Amino acid sequence: MKPRPDDFAERRAHLADLDDAALHRRFWELAERIAAPLVELARTHTTPSIERSILSRLGVPSPEAAAVVQGCLARGLLGHGAGHVVLRVARDAGLTPRRAAAELAAGRLWDLAGRAFGRAD
Amino acid sequence: MPIERPDPGRPDPCPDPAGLTLSPDRPIDVQAVLAGLESYRPRRRGWVWRRRLDPGARVEPAPFRYDEISPSLERCVPLPAASRHFWSIDPQPALTITTEIASGRFEDDIRRMRMAAWHGADHIMVIRTAGQSHFDGLLEGTPEGVGGVPVTRKQLRATRRALDLIEDEVGRPLNLHSYVSGLAGPEMAVLFVEEGVAGAHQDPQYNVLYRNVNMVRSFVDAAEAKTVMKTGGLLQIDGAHNANATAREAWKVTPELLVQHGINCAFSAAVGYPRDLVCLSTVPPTAPPAPALRLNLPYAVALRELFEGYGIRAQMNTRYIESDTREATVTHVLDLLVTRLTFADIQSTITPDEGRNIPWHHNSVAAVETAKQALDGLDGLAEMVRLERGGELGRSAREIKERAVLFLEEILALGGYFRAVEEGMFVDSGYYPERAGDGIARRVDGGVGAGTVVPREPDYWAPVCGHFGRSHPPPDLSAEPEGCTLCRPDLAPYIDELDPEDNVHRRLEEARRRREGGLLRPEVQWAGDGVLTLTLFLPAPADTARAAALEIAARLGLEGPEVIHSRVMHPAEGTLVEVKAVLPFGVDPARLPVPKSDRLLPEELIRRDLAEYPMTAVAATVGDDEHSVGMREIIDIKHGGLEKYGVKCLYLGTSVPVEKVLDAAVEADARAVLISTIITHADVHRKAMRRLADLAREKGVRDRFLLVAGGTQVTDAMAREEGLDAGFGRGTRGLEVASFLVAARAAREGRRPGERPADGRSEADSRPPAGRSRAD
Repeated sequence: MKPRPDDFAERRAHLADLDDAALHRRFWELAERIAAPLVELARTHTTPSIERSILSRLGVPSPEAAAVVQGCLARGLLGHGAGHVVLRVARDAGLTPRRAAAELAAGRLWDLAGRAFGRAD
Repeated sequence: MPIERPDPGRPDPCPDPAGLTLSPDRPIDVQAVLAGLESYRPRRRGWVWRRRLDPGARVEPAPFRYDEISPSLERCVPLPAASRHFWSIDPQPALTITTEIASGRFEDDIRRMRMAAWHGADHIMVIRTAGQSHFDGLLEGTPEGVGGVPVTRKQLRATRRALDLIEDEVGRPLNLHSYVSGLAGPEMAVLFVEEGVAGAHQDPQYNVLYRNVNMVRSFVDAAEAKTVMKTGGLLQIDGAHNANATAREAWKVTPELLVQHGINCAFSAAVGYPRDLVCLSTVPPTAPPAPALRLNLPYAVALRELFEGYGIRAQMNTRYIESDTREATVTHVLDLLVTRLTFADIQSTITPDEGRNIPWHHNSVAAVETAKQALDGLDGLAEMVRLERGGELGRSAREIKERAVLFLEEILALGGYFRAVEEGMFVDSGYYPERAGDGIARRVDGGVGAGTVVPREPDYWAPVCGHFGRSHPPPDLSAEPEGCTLCRPDLAPYIDELDPEDNVHRRLEEARRRREGGLLRPEVQWAGDGVLTLTLFLPAPADTARAAALEIAARLGLEGPEVIHSRVMHPAEGTLVEVKAVLPFGVDPARLPVPKSDRLLPEELIRRDLAEYPMTAVAATVGDDEHSVGMREIIDIKHGGLEKYGVKCLYLGTSVPVEKVLDAAVEADARAVLISTIITHADVHRKAMRRLADLAREKGVRDRFLLVAGGTQVTDAMAREEGLDAGFGRGTRGLEVASFLVAARAAREGRRPGERPADGRSEADSRPPAGRSRAD
């Protein structure tokens, strides 16, 4: 920001008449308005770390989780959810989810994944 | 107002599955902690507060009342003054006390955690190795770190297991804490829940401002990470205090601190984090020579009023810490005064050597003791002192809040948080709305991890617990039938080591080699690192003094000497210098002439012996010496001295000639002669002892008397060298002298203490009483 002098005395004019409780309410209303679009962004987006954390929760070891998420990202599948991809491949291939994750991490079964989500591998 | 928190009670005892326990007289066996880790499970999840006793509580047997304490530990190290003067009590403040531990090797950190826990820490904060926040994924195994440890599953599991053992040893739950920041926040959060980590820093702004992580990535990750953390009951601590640590003039950043806390709190609330599990990390922003309280207290008051219902984690100032540990400690005590004048849920501690090096063992303990000592000393302050809101305090607090509201208004006027960061609105050194133009600016499409955020497709699905945001279970697929690791912790996979060279097992082998032959070496952070410090006053200007100190260390045979602190006493008269260096050898403890510490007789036995065989002692401070305090403490009934046990004491006063003491002893038919000698100039203390022994022999009365000397510089060996029966140094208690007198007299008379000559078995029992154990 450009340097500017302390103009607090003028800027505060509209706050001067608020009592403490009203000032506190104003603080929180503003903070919530700032946070709202950030929360909405989070609600509708995902990231490699989120998807790895989901695979972790499914019991997939971290090196495999990293490889599966990398594979999803490279094939444009991450937006469906890496856990979703793994469970679908597991069902289609008749494997347990952890076995399916291991296969995907090793670079196999991606054709199944691509077909399941309507993309060519 | 502080949050009322329910009494957690004492945790259920939960023995280690392999039967490991700690013994207070043995070091922790890190090898044993590492064995069988693949199947070790933490005994609980989530945060545990200290139990708060009702106001007016006592710590037996002291006659004091306390308003803000928690139950005493079962094992502890009380403050230095406690054992001599205060019945060895160790009042534990009601606040949780944090210790930050960061040696780079978790196997050494574990030992330090144990020391800190005995001194009163119950929030163990593990600092991560430099660079881990930019690693896009989890690390595994136990590689060595820099300025912290690589936080991994194995490191956490071993640490949690050790803490489980330590909490059973001290009798209080210990919270393990680390960081959910950087590029792997959500994964780290899952790992923390799985491994029983109780608290974590999580604040997306920290990533953006200080780690240059892409801001979109940071906020999207944060929502998931926070949701996982709350599912596991973790305490969340925000990161606003870093603005204070990085700003040029830290006291001017106070409006922004409120803004940063506000954004993280509002974001956390929106993702469903319970307020009372969110703690604001707050630091008194300035330090003397500024009028610290005048600047720090209004800020502390404004923060607590604005954030009512949230927890407060009071941190100590790091911004103005230099190499002087004394100066740092005074600043920190003033910070503790702010805590007591307001309130906090957690008192964090900063080690006094933070300004010179990565904290050393004893400085971690020193910081915990500073907090405990000051909080104990200030107990009841809020009851006696009320803050005057009518004057400057109220005006300043209000002004900071208004400045913060104006800051929030401008963020929205600029188009929201991302735009404000791009404009460089944050961490500007101007006192908002003043701007200096030196803020940290980041681009929304820049930073580490930029371009990795992906929109969720309409069929996005996350088949797990603790997930945030849009997710649609497909009609044709069911979630993982086994559940996920948040509901079924045993599903978590365990990886041992990925690197065959850089791991704890290799380091332990090396440490074992260093200790080959059982040699003992000094240590400040790593097993057997050999580091010691020299403190020298040199009557020379600073430059000369520093050079001389290095030369002295080199000629002492010390390796790699470095000046870690110097302080001018006077530009010409002299300089204090502290040097650290490595001692190139170890000593064999088995071959040391360690004086066998005198076993104390039980008090009951001493009393019985003295009742049966009365004893008179003549006591005086000898020579030209006016010190009377030490001797009074040894004999006075009030101080638990000899009189308490039934010794009749004749105190002759100070500056008494040795001849007169001996004459008085003969006249009173005394059995013991106690001389105190504090002054040591030209060895007068040794001469007085020698004179007493010689004179007694000349008069033919040596065998009648137990001749004892005491004084701050006296040792038992020295007194015996000079012909006396015993010597007692600094810190001696009356009980020790009474025990000696009774035992030595009985030995001379060929009987056991408390018994008639040649009678039955000894009842002397050197074991300490069962129950509480206290180290001095």
